Amino acid sequence: MSDRTPLILAEGISQKYRRRTVLDVDRFDVAEGETHALLGPSGAGKSTLLRIVGLLEKPTTGRVTIEGRPVTHRSRPARMMMAAVFQKPYLFNGTVAENVAYGLKLRGVPSAERDRRVRETVSRVGLDELADASALTLSGGEAQRVALARALVLDPRILLLDEPLSYLDPLIKRQLVAEFSRILHDSGVTTVYVTHDQDEAMVVADRLSIMHEGCFVRSGPVDEVMGLPTNEWLADFIGMEAPIFGRVAAIDEGVARIDCGGVSVYAITSLPVGSDVVVGVRPEDVTLFQSNGLPVSSARNILHCTVEAIEPRGATARIRVCSGALPFAASVSRASAKELQLEVGGEVIAMFKATAVRVGAAS
Amino acid sequence: MPAATPLYFTGSHMEVIWSAVVEAVQLITSGAPYLFEIIFLSLRVSTVAVGIAMIIGIPVGYLIGVGRFFGRRLTLVIVNTGMGLPPVVAGLIVFMFLSRSGPLGDLRLLFSTPAMVIAQVFISTPLVAGVTAAAIASVPLELRLQARSLGASWWQEALLTVTEARRGVMAAVVAGFGGIISEVGAVMIVGGNIEGSTRVMTTAIVLEARKGNFGTALALGFILIGIAFVINGLLTTLQQSGARYER
Repeated sequence: MSDRTPLILAEGISQKYRRRTVLDVDRFDVAEGETHALLGPSGAGKSTLLRIVGLLEKPTTGRVTIEGRPVTHRSRPARMMMAAVFQKPYLFNGTVAENVAYGLKLRGVPSAERDRRVRETVSRVGLDELADASALTLSGGEAQRVALARALVLDPRILLLDEPLSYLDPLIKRQLVAEFSRILHDSGVTTVYVTHDQDEAMVVADRLSIMHEGCFVRSGPVDEVMGLPTNEWLADFIGMEAPIFGRVAAIDEGVARIDCGGVSVYAITSLPVGSDVVVGVRPEDVTLFQSNGLPVSSARNILHCTVEAIEPRGATARIRVCSGALPFAASVSRASAKELQLEVGGEVIAMFKATAVRVGAAS
Repeated sequence: MPAATPLYFTGSHMEVIWSAVVEAVQLITSGAPYLFEIIFLSLRVSTVAVGIAMIIGIPVGYLIGVGRFFGRRLTLVIVNTGMGLPPVVAGLIVFMFLSRSGPLGDLRLLFSTPAMVIAQVFISTPLVAGVTAAAIASVPLELRLQARSLGASWWQEALLTVTEARRGVMAAVVAGFGGIISEVGAVMIVGGNIEGSTRVMTTAIVLEARKGNFGTALALGFILIGIAFVINGLLTTLQQSGARYER
């Protein structure tokens, strides 16, 4: 992924509303065919960035280039390469097919071709039977599919999705996340996907940027960003413990031993011995065992820990543990939590693979 | 005791009204040319005026409704003031401009139907603009962004917005028409109520009532009420079915 040539590049972007800076991003780029998620809490500036990149809004400072050419909200050809879907579908008065045809009409596509493309796209989002129904009578999930179809029918090179699923109920949402993800990857369209839902971001995106108060906190491939918090806010946001700092002590057969305040953690890294690093392990990758029953496993990291806290999280429980001075967390199912008879202050063994540990250079 | 005495006087007044009603119905049903000439002129002047008011008022209302531009606040104040402008004042201003010694006196338009149209344009344009602005403002910004994001140019976006707000915009036109078909002050001043030339329903009612021709006055009144009824019925229907975004 190192030779990524950006299709969209935004540099030095800032946006002020009534003298309040809501967005301040040095660089944002998306490579051709990639799905880039903008993730962050409400008010982080995600949608503002999307609208600026989508040439729907003029930034206070900065510039956007597409394929190296500077573009503004007045650049019609550049705008014609894009299509957007917003949080609320905002369908126009008329039938489903008429809604889907809107952008094609604006582009003066002849009616025979228009009809063909509309039918094709309506069926691609699974709405064949509703093509001639009034758009205003649809359910939330159906309406959002129409909104997606309305954008996809234009065969855009760049698709902008602004919280497209956040108004839907959980069941439909889960179904549509998978469906949207499949459609996006099949069509190979370059996508900017705004969401505040991490799971959704992780399913659809190739890369993601986490935003907070108008700035990028971290940006990169999904696994890297979601596995390795570089500061406390980020750790909290992505559901991990505070970042762990250490130093590469030795490398043996490609596996590095990282000394984290006296506790050794084994990980895979290309950083040389002596590097200061930050390490992270996702709670889902950590397995817990009772301190007397050690199983046979290939996992390199087996740590004796003390249970610090037990936090119920619906179907799972999050167990915060500490090995020496090294704090991390494990996510276990309700059943295992019960079976392990965990209690705060009790002993437990935590196990995770070297490949599950993310390592980054400490800045 | 003649207990019926007070009733006798009431009955006398009732007779005047009743005979006026009978005369009015007779006039309407007999198709008197005098009457229909007046009605036709009224409709023609007000329709042309509201047509011009639409051409000016809908774009102005759109601009106010969609938001920011330099001088928006001032325009809004002017429109709101205009919506409450007494017709007779509008008439007076147009009269002053069109009178012989006025800046547009050379056009010789005073006491003609164009003068009446001009005065009524002044009255109805703020109505059309004001109601349109409210209707446009109720269309969510996201809908316009959505159109823009699908490649709409500014005027295609405007067209879609007006189409989405069409009930409100129709209500604006109806309100503009209702505001001028029934006004008397402006057309009286700039038209002069000349028979066969600038006499419209409202000015004719004033004249006939003064002359004591209550039947004719009332016949015109009935027709005016009928038109007002149709207009308000239309307005109510449009307003009630316009609540689309309140879901």
